Amino acid sequence: MALLEVSGLTVSFPTPDGVVRAVRGMSFEVERGRTLGIVGESGSGKSVSTQTLMGLTRGAEVSGSARFEGRELIGMPAEELRRLRGAQIAMIFQDPLSSLHPLYTVGWQIVELIRIHEPATTKAQARKWAIEQLALVGIPQPDRRVDDYPHQFSGGMRQRAMIAMALALQPKLIIADEPTTALDATVQAQILDLMARLQREFDTALIMITHDLGVIADMADQVLVMYAGKPIEVAERRELYYRPHHPYTVGLLESVPSTTGAKERLKPVPGQPPSLLRPPSGCAFHPRCPYVMPKCRTDVPPLMGEEHLSACWLPLDVVGLGPEAARRRTEESS
Amino acid sequence: MTRFIIRRVLFGVIVLWLVATTVFLLFFAGPADNVARRLAGPRAPMEVIEQIKDTLGLNRSMWEQYASFLGNLLHGDLGISFISQTPVTTLIMQSLPGTLWLVAGAAVLWMAAGITGGVISAVRPRSVLDRTTTVLVLAGISLPTFVLGMLMVYLALSVFPWTGLQPGPYISPLLDLKGFLQVMIMPWVCLAVVQAAVYVRLTRGSMLDTLGEDYIRTARAKGAPERRVTYRHGLRAALTPVVTQFGVDIGTLLGGVVVTESVFGLQGLGQLMIRSVRYGDLPVIIGAAILASAFIVVANIVVDVAYSFLDPRVRLA
Ligand SMILES: Nc1ncnc2c1ncn2[C@@H]1O[C@H](COP(=O)(O)OP(=O)(O)OP(=O)(O)O)[C@@H](O)[C@H]1O
Ligand code: SF4
Ligand SMILES: [Mg+2]
Repeated sequence: MALLEVSGLTVSFPTPDGVVRAVRGMSFEVERGRTLGIVGESGSGKSVSTQTLMGLTRGAEVSGSARFEGRELIGMPAEELRRLRGAQIAMIFQDPLSSLHPLYTVGWQIVELIRIHEPATTKAQARKWAIEQLALVGIPQPDRRVDDYPHQFSGGMRQRAMIAMALALQPKLIIADEPTTALDATVQAQILDLMARLQREFDTALIMITHDLGVIADMADQVLVMYAGKPIEVAERRELYYRPHHPYTVGLLESVPSTTGAKERLKPVPGQPPSLLRPPSGCAFHPRCPYVMPKCRTDVPPLMGEEHLSACWLPLDVVGLGPEAARRRTEESS
Repeated sequence: MTRFIIRRVLFGVIVLWLVATTVFLLFFAGPADNVARRLAGPRAPMEVIEQIKDTLGLNRSMWEQYASFLGNLLHGDLGISFISQTPVTTLIMQSLPGTLWLVAGAAVLWMAAGITGGVISAVRPRSVLDRTTTVLVLAGISLPTFVLGMLMVYLALSVFPWTGLQPGPYISPLLDLKGFLQVMIMPWVCLAVVQAAVYVRLTRGSMLDTLGEDYIRTARAKGAPERRVTYRHGLRAALTPVVTQFGVDIGTLLGGVVVTESVFGLQGLGQLMIRSVRYGDLPVIIGAAILASAFIVVANIVVDVAYSFLDPRVRLA
């Protein structure tokens, strides 16, 4: 049994304009101590699907199943779910400045987490604990910085503090939602290193959300590519990077910034993200797909395959990057 | 921190000095006869005018007069009311307690009601409770104070006479606690109703903004119980604009709560002001105006200092 098993998760938001179908059938598994990367462009439903697991999407209509250590999270009584949050499943968010409370010290916020879940801990013990956590993530002079407010920390230090907090109770799963997007490149690399190191040290499972395949290139065991609220390709990392099947994944990979550190995209995936109020018929990617076939417009491709799953009507053996693969795809689609 | 306070206080002193100087230029600069006439009232006989010119030294140079005006002000000497022939300071000291008690008691009520109402409706926006609150707030804001006050007086006297509630001048709680409560409760409620409506709105808006913040999501993700999320995380941050408004309101109201005081005949600063304006009792008007400005200035200093305690980001800035 995997640590987390999500299947057929859907999340919709009723709005005045209609129902926003943010997640339309999300399924994946995370094994203990492993890392799952979830990739997709803005609005594809990465945050909504993971926050729903934790009961953090309010006003949403949710269906499907998500089992954490065999316990169903969807529909779990609020109080029971609350006790899992922070203790068993922790989250790290994109912008550490806005995610930390500006009016409380960093130490206070870590102490609060500890004392919510371990009420028997005294304030002094919890403070000591918080200092140790800050030391663990490499905050210099942690016994002094523990009394600083978030605005007194640099961006990278704030995210370290968030990580310190997430790890404090040694959760079994950490969900990191674009934890480095708000940071500059060097700091980004340091934070990723830190997360990878601590994850190994504590054997924590990690879901790493990003819109940038480069971020998880070294970290993820498995990668899930999301499009319009659905997984469209799931594979082991190397498989996905070297032998992508889905044309959207191919597009993403070809848009990864070069390793020389140049910021500009080589070739962004052309076209507009789909409307979630009225998702396209058939394959949701078809309005942007260079290989679109008549069937694509009418029939929804299911996730197909054994280890390497892809939701695309192209034959499963048409994989890879580069002109040769492109030629084969064109051949198959015409 | 200390430097910040000192700077703020110095600034306040400068503002008050500007107020005093403006008052001086408006009312005391000019030909001695005109000034004396202004201060003595239109019906004063010639001897009184001469006497005023004498006592105030209106024939001295402008600078001398200015210096002694400021000097008197510093000593709390605001001149003499030509209507009652009593020192203005005495009149003010007689009227101040009524206003102080009115504002203090009402403030407790409106803050409690305003914040509670604001939080409740923000936590469940568009719920029945929220809509009910919104209607009450609208009623509270649009109901003229004197209508509400009159209604209360009418009800107290003719429907619930057994309560002993009645309009009347302020009575010290040290002399007669029961009498004090009987005259104060209605003005407290009356003033609080209108103010609470404003504070419900303010708190609700501020709370709604705060509850949408990322750090609220973090608090939930930490497993904080919902009550804690609402109060320790949400309300704590939402309180800053409320406290600011509170300081400003207190400062303004302490200068006199004209309508409420008049409806209930409380004999506070507001009523003193009204009476003096009606009779053109310039020394009292000037004294009350300077006191009102002083309250506002002090309230602003207190707000600024409180603000820096409430928000650590201000402290270092
Ligand atoms: N409370 C809500 N009400 C209505 N729509 C919502 C709500 N929350 C999210 N959505 C919509 O759901 C969709 C998916 O949002 P989500 O935040 O999961 O995207 P994402 O993949 O995390 O994107 P990003 O990379 O920008 O963070 C978006 O179109 C968003 O507008
Ligand atoms: S199913 Fe068709 S439209 Fe969709 S990605 Fe595959 S080829 Fe393109
Ligand atoms: Mg997101």
